[in-house]
Amino acid sequence: MLKEVPFVPLTWTDMLYLAPEFLLAAVFVLLILLDLLMPRRITRLTIGWLTLAGIAGSLLLVVLRMVDMNQGGVSGEAIQLLGNSYRVDDFGSLLKIMFLAGTALVTLLALGSVRDDEAITARAEYFYLLLPALIGAMMMASSGNLVTLYIGLELLSLTSYILVGLKRKSSLSAEAAFKYVVTGGISSAMLLFGMSYLYGITGTVDLGGIAEALPAALTDFKALAYVGFFFIIAGFGIKVAAAPFHAWAPDVYQGAPTPISTFLAVIAKGAAFAALFRIIYSTLLTLRDEHAIVADDIWLALLVLAAAAMLAGAMAALRQKNAKRLLALSGVVNTGYMLVPIGLSLSVVHSSNFSEFVYYFIAYLFMTIGAFAVVSAVSRASGNDELRSFAGMYYRAPWTAAAMVVFVLSLAGLPVTGGFFGKLFILLGAANAKAYWLVVIIVASSVISYYFYFGFVRQMFMRSGSDEERIRVPVETGIVIWVCAAATIALGLFPGPIMEWIDVVFSLQSDLMMLG
Amino acid sequence: MSILNDIPILSFILFSPLLGIVVLLALPHNRSNWMKKTVVVATLIPLVLSFWLYSEYDKQQDGSVFDEQQSWADIPLNKETQAAVPSEFKFTLQYELGVDGLSLPLLLLTTIVAAMASLAVIQVKKRWKAFFIWFLLLEIGILGVFLARDLFLFFILFEITLIAMYFLIGIWGYFNRERAANQFLIYNGIGSAIMLIAFVILVNTAGFRMDQIGDQVSFLYSGSYSNIFHNLADSGAWVNLAPEQMGTVNPFLMTHTMQWTLFILLLVAFGIKLPIFPFHTWMLKVHTEAPTAIVMVHSGLLLKMGAYGLLRFGLLLFPEQARAFAIPLAALGVINLLYGALLALRQQEFKLVLAYSSISHMGIVLLGLAAMNEIGLQGAVFQLVSHGLVSALLFLVVGSIYERTGTTDLRELGGLARSMPFVSGVLLTAGLASLGLPGLSGFIGEFLSLLGLFESQRWLSVAAAVGIILTAVYMLRAVLKITFGLQREDYTALKDARLIEAIPMIVLLAFIVLLGCFPSVLTDTTQLGIDGLLDQLLATRAGG
Repeated sequence: MLKEVPFVPLTWTDMLYLAPEFLLAAVFVLLILLDLLMPRRITRLTIGWLTLAGIAGSLLLVVLRMVDMNQGGVSGEAIQLLGNSYRVDDFGSLLKIMFLAGTALVTLLALGSVRDDEAITARAEYFYLLLPALIGAMMMASSGNLVTLYIGLELLSLTSYILVGLKRKSSLSAEAAFKYVVTGGISSAMLLFGMSYLYGITGTVDLGGIAEALPAALTDFKALAYVGFFFIIAGFGIKVAAAPFHAWAPDVYQGAPTPISTFLAVIAKGAAFAALFRIIYSTLLTLRDEHAIVADDIWLALLVLAAAAMLAGAMAALRQKNAKRLLALSGVVNTGYMLVPIGLSLSVVHSSNFSEFVYYFIAYLFMTIGAFAVVSAVSRASGNDELRSFAGMYYRAPWTAAAMVVFVLSLAGLPVTGGFFGKLFILLGAANAKAYWLVVIIVASSVISYYFYFGFVRQMFMRSGSDEERIRVPVETGIVIWVCAAATIALGLFPGPIMEWIDVVFSLQSDLMMLG
Repeated sequence: MSILNDIPILSFILFSPLLGIVVLLALPHNRSNWMKKTVVVATLIPLVLSFWLYSEYDKQQDGSVFDEQQSWADIPLNKETQAAVPSEFKFTLQYELGVDGLSLPLLLLTTIVAAMASLAVIQVKKRWKAFFIWFLLLEIGILGVFLARDLFLFFILFEITLIAMYFLIGIWGYFNRERAANQFLIYNGIGSAIMLIAFVILVNTAGFRMDQIGDQVSFLYSGSYSNIFHNLADSGAWVNLAPEQMGTVNPFLMTHTMQWTLFILLLVAFGIKLPIFPFHTWMLKVHTEAPTAIVMVHSGLLLKMGAYGLLRFGLLLFPEQARAFAIPLAALGVINLLYGALLALRQQEFKLVLAYSSISHMGIVLLGLAAMNEIGLQGAVFQLVSHGLVSALLFLVVGSIYERTGTTDLRELGGLARSMPFVSGVLLTAGLASLGLPGLSGFIGEFLSLLGLFESQRWLSVAAAVGIILTAVYMLRAVLKITFGLQREDYTALKDARLIEAIPMIVLLAFIVLLGCFPSVLTDTTQLGIDGLLDQLLATRAGG
């Protein structure tokens, strides 16, 4: 069954397709050298700005490639590199744009908060280590085979373990890093275990190849296929912090420097979603007839995971008093929402799962980064990140408080914000697929979440703080807050253009399903 | 007239308070007098416009000329799984506004009460700017609820009132404001969540439509009310076709069970807002904790949104279920009426007397709706408008009394007629209007509702009549204690109403008397809306 694997050399054209990733890698190497060679008296913030420039350059390259691929308003064919182990397609590119934009905002946030954070001693690493993590995330979104995917995942994970522990003088940070290494290791182990089963029954690591071989393999090894898929789902379940695999998230987010928590909540989570989306859709959609039952079971498992995340996350957050832990649990609830389009499968009347997912992810990106940015500004002023330190913000920083209201409304799924439409599209999709039980759970969890999201509002507007001093927001943090607030409102007022654009560029056939 | 038709008058009404918000944002923090003037002007604009609309509407006998429809967003849906690929497959969000005989009186009520409440904001003592902005946003939300003709637009505006109220209660309320705000948020959050479930299912079934222009076939989901209304009523629409008639499966079919489920969901969703008996606890807190201007709007307008939603979405979309459910609905009405009245009798806190009285009066609205005939519906709408005016006036008076005496406890108040003759007179008249004295507006609403109910369910209307007597008892007990009764010494020096307080009292009182003496001012307009509704109800009766 095993085919001989041909050696495929990397050509110059391939290099051009990989330009965004290569640019980031080049900037990364350059910055390591620069950090070594630069005299001590030059501030390491320069490295932060250069990191930002590198990300912007890479973003430009991705956009240019996408424009080039989708000329004339038709979704272009996917470009397969290195024997289909790396794919440049609209699915990947759309998500890469999000990852790059998200990391750019995170870098800016880090620039704003690091200046007087004594706990972070390795300032240069703080910025340039974001780059390999980002490359890993981009690889996960683009991978066409399990090995590439795993390498991307490890690149992302290993660098983020270091980033989490960068606050060397804080014991919480060390604890968080340790916890993240352990759970991350378990997650990787589960993934590898599941992947090895898939490889074992199909004889290939190529996603398209797995899809081709799976129907035949299922007749003999149905139980093994279940084991393989369930372990993969559990592995990613840890990475996206879906209940019951979410317990690490509050601890890690709390201990990590706030910009790094943001990175984990948005980019690392998004990358895991991208990989999960691709594996599930490439392999399961082609199952027909008696095998369709297997696919339905796996999809059901995803939906159960989604429901558990929504309910467990919302319940756990009710009694939370720490702002960062609260946002971590809010991330768990949102993971639940984003798993819904992945787990709904396709039907004749409903197949826009991807656009639902992406719209919510975009909204999630802006509202989460924005909320973390506000937390970072507040905890910088008060020295801790308890919910209590938001008290009296109406007097201490009225405009920042107003921006926080926007994020809170969006997270709670209330109009007029991106979070509202994101949730509405997911709800409509679930109702379209006749998954009414899921509609009820989504809506129920959002009502529960009103209570704790409005906890921010209660503190900011209804309680008075211990000191009346104005909160000084660093310029960079301010930019992040207002970009995110503007984007959140814009997504809530004009949901049309983005959805139309996704519809034009994305095609299930050419971008996700790898058969034929 | 033709020139005026081109003006999107409904949008002007809806967004004119926004002007006030823009001006407020530009004003410096310490100019509280300018801010107050801005708010009053910002609420007067929609008031004038809606008066003009009301008068024009009567002449034209048909509100559809005012309807506005704009596409807000077209969300394309993936169509790769479809066998016969349509040229378009999308979900459309419409910005659709309209008025008819049912919503127009409520729209006018909104602008009147909001304008009068804006005069009562002088009692706000802190953070004026934010208060006024939320107040105007609240007005936009309420106006929008009565104007919106798209399910999602309705939902969005409904939620805006929720958010605005949360801030208004939680920041500017009395001592227990935070708890009141939280309870408000959770109860109403559950209500609107249930509404959202119902709406999402409705759009996915009855909201589906196929348009064919030449060989351009487009499939679309739409939350447009008229679209859903017609689809549900049309036995040939996809939503009503059995799978056999469609070939194999019909993903858009709404089964009988689903219709019932949706009807019950809508009943609960709007029942919380109304509030119907077991769901009423949140509104007691709001009534006691919210500042005067807000409780005027809450009691006068927000409760009406529940009744309006029930009528517009529950009864009009599912007339068959509504008809079958008429007796339980009337029973709920009687329970509300008696429960509210009995508890009002036992309260020592005047605000709670009024809160329970609101529950009781909303029971009458339910009775009118449950009558399922022309007179009953007339009565229900009339009662909504009347109760809006009366309760706004009562809470305005309560606010004035509290400002002077610092209490609203019946045991401590007494003999105010001597020191505050004007306020006491207004309170007495409002109390009489509330208990249904002929010649004032409350009487007509109660009379028509019960008359309608008497035609269809005789015995329940007898039980309801008991409630009316109780109303007179508790209302007179409270009002007489405050106005007459023993006067405390420190109350002798109280000042009577200032001009700025007297104006809204006089205006509201004038409307109450006007409606009481000339009910046809209102009923003629309502009639136009009800004719259509009755056609619908009769058609289902004939059909099955």
